[in-house]
Formats: sequence, structure tokens, C-alpha cells
Amino acid sequence: MADPMPMPQASLKHRYLISVWTIVRKEVTRFTRIWLQTILPPAITMALYFVIFGNLIGPRIGEMQGFSYMQYIAPGLIMMAIITNAYANVVSSLFGAKFQRHIEEILVAPIPNLLLLVGYMVGGVVRGVLVGLVVTATALCFTDLQVQSWPVTLAVVILTAALFSLAGLLNALFATKFDDISIVPTFILTPLTYLGGVFYSIDMLPVFWQKVSLGNPILYMVNAFRYGMLGVSDINITTAFSVIVLFCVVLFGVSLWLLERGAGLRT
Amino acid sequence: MKALELKGLKKVYANGKTALEGIDLTVNDGDFFALLGPNGAGKSTTIGIITSLVRKTAGTVKVYGIDTDLDFQGAKTHIGVVPQEFNFSLFETVWDIVVNQAGYYGISRARAAARAESCLRQLALWDKRMEVSRTLSGGMKRRLMIARALVHEPRLLILDEPTAGVDIEVRRLMWDFLVDLNQRGTTVILTTHYLEEAELLCRNIAIIDHGRIIENTTMKSLLATLHAETFVLDLARPLTSLPTAGDFLLSLTDPTTLEVVVEKGSYLNDLFAFLSRHDITVNSLRNKANRLEELFLKLTGDSAVSVDG
Repeated sequence: MADPMPMPQASLKHRYLISVWTIVRKEVTRFTRIWLQTILPPAITMALYFVIFGNLIGPRIGEMQGFSYMQYIAPGLIMMAIITNAYANVVSSLFGAKFQRHIEEILVAPIPNLLLLVGYMVGGVVRGVLVGLVVTATALCFTDLQVQSWPVTLAVVILTAALFSLAGLLNALFATKFDDISIVPTFILTPLTYLGGVFYSIDMLPVFWQKVSLGNPILYMVNAFRYGMLGVSDINITTAFSVIVLFCVVLFGVSLWLLERGAGLRT
Repeated sequence: MKALELKGLKKVYANGKTALEGIDLTVNDGDFFALLGPNGAGKSTTIGIITSLVRKTAGTVKVYGIDTDLDFQGAKTHIGVVPQEFNFSLFETVWDIVVNQAGYYGISRARAAARAESCLRQLALWDKRMEVSRTLSGGMKRRLMIARALVHEPRLLILDEPTAGVDIEVRRLMWDFLVDLNQRGTTVILTTHYLEEAELLCRNIAIIDHGRIIENTTMKSLLATLHAETFVLDLARPLTSLPTAGDFLLSLTDPTTLEVVVEKGSYLNDLFAFLSRHDITVNSLRNKANRLEELFLKLTGDSAVSVDG
């Protein structure tokens, strides 16, 4: 029988560590169990991008900032896969848990909202990184890629995956039907990604559209990642990191605030 | 020691509906407690507040002395809950559902596995542990929710209609399990729409109606307030006319079925003596309605069109 007295802090920390690990483990088990829906499609999509844009159209475009077109778009495509998968993982998993009501398993357990948030976010990051690796492996079948800066590359991958996991979580909190979890990816995320410098340098745009593009947060992530891999970027790397970190902090804070208020999960 | 203490608990939902009007309720450690009420009376809201699924508007909740306003996580370590509706992932195995639940409570994988095995064996689900939950029968799903609620060994188990929709064999298995669990020290709070179940299992009872506690007493005291009981007697031979009985109100529903209203203070021995004097032979005897059901309907009046929910 459990002891009614509060647990010692060390024991409490250990308990919380197990709780978060359980959420992460469950998340990873979930998306690996359905790998045909989660891991394989990005690899196939990216292979098609490389064949069409890289092999067929790329040679007509020529070099971009000293790299072949295929090499130039590879970091953007990898980042696109990371963004969409980190987002999709959390939004579909959390909304599914809400829909089937098994989120209550976690809500009734002694898990602070902060840990629930971290658990789901880490789950999204793991999927984003795993898909990123698969897509990178796919890219290597078509072109050579050298990493210029491992710290920048890894930091951008993890921060971007975390950012979009948090965005997915926010979407899931407010979603009340399945349509609600596809609206943001279809009408916001995809256009922003395509217009975020994945396929082109913003230097190619008229000045007005260059300035408009600077309002697109995905531009900073794509360029920071491209800087990490190729050493070239349209955006100052410090500015890019500042924007990414700022978004992460704001989304984390808003998500936690909403969870504390019970938004979308508790009545 | 008090397992649960609710004081002035109030809930007004965002749409303005008041679900709880400020209820006070105490459940002692080791009790087997029935919380009954008609549909929409506030039972599920009360359970939701205790388990943190519903945010209270006012009042206090203490679980084993821990104020949920001060340490909800600490209070929750003592609670296990079996909700009314199935709320587990339909794509996970029985084993994963139970072991993960232990993990959410901070129990290591090795300990969780041992506890899960114990719970699943006790609830006759061990052979189904690798089955995906959606393939289980209704009774198995109910037992899975009980196993999941018990895997962290809570001191207070709250069951919201745990036997709804299960066959009588499984229901009896669950009754035996819950009685045994209670005898081993777990406090049990039960809501059910099978009132004979509450009468059979619970020692204390509260009836909630329109967000207020309208009765809170021992089961024996409540049943003692019943002024009359109606019995149905199956007769060996058909009766053509009714004998006159001073102490009992008799009526024939068909020639071999006699209904007798026995007032409080009258004895069944007198009834049988009267029937023997009139050469009426009785094959069997049963209550026309469950005693608790009669009281429940009396107390809740028009609200009790149905007692589930």
C-alpha cells in the first residue's frame, strides 16, 4: 500500500523521469508500429523531389551559391520532412488520444503538465530526427552531402523539430474534429514551407518579396540548416538561431499555460 | 482516517450549467461506498474533479489528507479510477496499456511488469495480455480498466459503473474481486445503476441529485427507512378469490401469482401463518423491486427516470 506522506525529492525526480520516459516510449512505439504511414512516405516523397527537381530540372537551373541544384535543395527538403513529421506526430497522436479519451490515462496520473508537454514534444522530436535521417539517407543516393558544422546542424534539427512538435500540440489542444488537424498543415504549414527557401535563395526574389519572406519563420530554419550542411545561408546565422529559439520559448510557454488552464483536455 | 473529504465542492461549467451546488462528502479509509444518483445528478462531475479531469469552481478536495489545491500530484498517487466509458487505446495490447499506466505513476518497468502480471492474473486477463485491446469482449475491456486502475496499488479505487454491460458471470467475478480488494484494505467508491449491486457490496451510501447530496448514511440505516416492501409469491395452486387479510395488502396479478405488501413492523412469519390458515401453498418468494431501488426512486422523485450516467 502506498505511503500517504510526500515522496522525497530524489525519489520524486526519479518517478517523474520514468513518467516522461513512458510517454516518449509510447509515442515512439506508436509511430514505429505504423512505419508504413510515418517513416516510409517521406523517403518516397523526397526521392521523387530529387528525381524531378534534382535530376530533371536541376541541370537546367545550374549552380546555386556554388552548389549543384540537387545539393542546394537537399538541406531544405530534409528540413521540410523534419518539420512536417514532428508536427504530424504530435497533432495526430494527441488528438487521437483526446478522441479515444486515452489521454485520460495520463491526466489522472501524477504527472505535472510540464512533463506531459515535454513527453509529447520529445516524441515529436524523435520522429522528426528519425525521418530526417531516413530522408538524408535517401538524399545521399542522389548527391554528395558534406556537413560543414555538426553543432549548427544538430542544434537546428532538434530546435526545429521541438518547435513544430509544440505547434502540433497547440493544434491538437484546440482541435475538436479530424478536419481541424489537417487545416493548419494544409493551409499554413505547407505554403510556408514551400515559400521558406527550400527550392530557391531569396536573393532571387524582388526586394519587396525578399522582405515579405523574412516574415516566414521557416525561412530561418531552412537557411540555418543549409548553413550547417553547406556553409551558405540567406540569413545571418545568429539571427536565424535567435528567431528559432524565440519561437520555441514562446510556443513552449503558451503550450504550458494552456495545459495549466486545462484547455482542450480538462473541462 | 478519511480517504476522501469533499467540502463545499461546486462546479459551474462554461455554458453556465451548475453541476454541483457545493457538496460535502466524507469517505473513511477502508469503506466500500456507494455514490448513486440519476442521470446528470453530478456523480461523474464529482469523480472528474477528484481525478483532475474536471476543474472545480469552488470547494476543497482532500485525498488521504492531501489537499488537491496544494499537492494534486501527491493526492493522485493514492487514486485509481475506472471510468464509465472505455478510455484506452484501441491499438495497444493489454500488456502495454497496463504497464504504461504504471509508468505514468513513476513505477519502473521491472516493477510494473510484476504488478501488471499480478493484476492481469487476478482479473483473468493474463492469457489475453498480448491481444490488441479492441479485440477484447465488453467484459474483458471492463476488467482491463480495473487492472489498469490497480497497477499502481492505489489506496482509493473509484469505479464509475464498472459492471455496465457485462454478463452476470463476469459481474459476479468482479464483485468477488472488489470485495476481496476492499477486505485487503483498499477503499472503494462505486457508482452503479445496478442498485442491487450497491446494496450487496456497499456499507455506506450517498445519493446525489441536482448537484446536491440528498442522503448520506449507512446502507443499513437507509434500508431501515423503507416503510413497506412488496413481495411476489408464486403459488402452487391457482387462487380464484382473495382471502381478507388485516395486516397485509394482497393482490392477484394472475391466478398463481400473489403480491403482498408488508408494512414495516409486520413479520413474514405472520404472513406465512395467514397463508397456511387459508390453505395457500407458496412455491417461491421474491422482492417485487430491489429495496434500495424503491428508496432511490422515493428520494430522487422525477429525476430517477433512469439511474445511470
